[in-house]
Amino acid sequence: MTTHNALYKYLLFLGDNGLIQGHRLSELCSNGPILEEDLAMTNLALDHIGRAQAFLKYAGEVEGKGRTEDDLAYKRGEREFYNNLIAELPNGDFACTMARMLIVSSFEYLLFTALCTSKNATIAAIAAKAVKEAKYHFMHSRDWCYRLGKGTEESHRRLQNGFNEFWMFTGELFEMDADFAALANDGIGADLTVLKPQWLTLVQPILADSNIAIPNVDYMQTGSRNGIHTEYLGHILSEMQYLQRAYPDAKW
Amino acid sequence: MNTTETKSSFQDKLDQDLCIEPKDTMPDEYRKHLIRQISQHAHSEVIGMQPEGNWITRAPSLRAKQILLAKIQDEGGHGLYLYSTAETLGISREEMIEQLHTGKAKYSNIFNYPALTWADIGAIGWLVDGAAIVNQVSLQKTSYGPYARAMVRICKEESFHQRQGYEIMTNMMKGTKEQQEMAQDAMNRWWWPSLMMFGPHDSDSPHSGNAFVWKIKRKSNDELRQRFIDKTVQQAETIGLTIPDSDLKWNETKNCYDHGEINWEEFRRVVNGNGPCNKQRMTHHIKVHNEGAWVREAAAAYAKANAK
Repeated sequence: MTTHNALYKYLLFLGDNGLIQGHRLSELCSNGPILEEDLAMTNLALDHIGRAQAFLKYAGEVEGKGRTEDDLAYKRGEREFYNNLIAELPNGDFACTMARMLIVSSFEYLLFTALCTSKNATIAAIAAKAVKEAKYHFMHSRDWCYRLGKGTEESHRRLQNGFNEFWMFTGELFEMDADFAALANDGIGADLTVLKPQWLTLVQPILADSNIAIPNVDYMQTGSRNGIHTEYLGHILSEMQYLQRAYPDAKW
Repeated sequence: MNTTETKSSFQDKLDQDLCIEPKDTMPDEYRKHLIRQISQHAHSEVIGMQPEGNWITRAPSLRAKQILLAKIQDEGGHGLYLYSTAETLGISREEMIEQLHTGKAKYSNIFNYPALTWADIGAIGWLVDGAAIVNQVSLQKTSYGPYARAMVRICKEESFHQRQGYEIMTNMMKGTKEQQEMAQDAMNRWWWPSLMMFGPHDSDSPHSGNAFVWKIKRKSNDELRQRFIDKTVQQAETIGLTIPDSDLKWNETKNCYDHGEINWEEFRRVVNGNGPCNKQRMTHHIKVHNEGAWVREAAAAYAKANAK
């Protein structure tokens, strides 16, 4: 049976993925290879931050301690974040950015599709909006994978490198712990083990059509379900939380 | 068509206050003037993304972060409109970017100042966008049709930007002593450069002569600057900010504010490349453009292969 704490943690997982991925995407503002893509990146960042705000607001309500979405975003430490590790990795070049976006957006498309039928009405409502965004993010990154994979020798090499960098973080996307299993069992959360074959079915043909080989990985990185992250997360938080930490009494 | 006919049909339209459209005949100097002005405007929108982008990752609330992201996205969109507008005059975006990189084309001087604290994001929205609106509202009636129409949409969005900047300043002035000091400090640093955005005094403005005759420019630099000062002083007073000008006072006779003299030596220094961020802004733009070359090449190669 789903515990109160399990739901709270699940909402942090959903919110933190949006927040941290949105942070990375927002770093790309004024760094796009063309102006149109600069706008696309800020738009994607905006979708992610908006989603984070919705899930974290609800997380604060579920927690019941009067904490707002901003309290949860800006006043938690490194070990209290539950986003997937892949969200916090540095952007790398444009091909890396697109490789990660394809991996994450295809996963999120399937996740939010499943959550649209959640028995929790708030999760279902946020998922209904998020799934439309994720579908667009997926199409955007898919088209860039085709362009880069089949564009030039250099773009192909860079895109393959992007998938090589991120592939060992894909296993974690589908990890279930006891809380996730209870949520799935109660029809509130998604069964991520079911999503894995769907995800491969979605992604494999795109990689094949982009002339990208699926990387051989000996070991899939893990840790975020227990709040164990890469070294990168601490730097993201120290930047993101700077004003709130430096001026704790201020309202902005 | 000979030169006399060109001048005649062009002048007829101007006399009737009709818009000049891309396929209309127009004097070469008119075309050149517009390309210079519109490309400078487009570059300003794009370079302006840098100082504001500097604060996205540090925005102090999720709401503030989303508003800032949306605002910067708008600015980039304005850049796109304006590059397209200039392209109707027979120059490519690639050429305009090259002119920016070689220094032939300029961008607004204001973005050569640094965004040092969060209050600067408020000041940029309120003062810089506020000044830009005053200028752009008058450009809604400029004689070149595509430019005038672009301005209508851009003004709507800039008006939202100005309000969000003012909201940041208002919240900070209602906040802690440290926040109030931060807001006043930003006001002190951005006020004078904002006044400089309108350009030199009318008596020293090198490009204005023909711009008036051709109805590209509808109000003078000093008229627009005065309009900005008159609307902004009261906004500052309402939230308790002090305008950093000891000579500022209401003139009953003229029914507007008198203000102190602008530091034109600083203006010229920054225009000539020696502002705090001139080098930083251009270095960044050139670096990103060059680093993106392989992406543009790949997209072009893919499009070419798929067009067959």
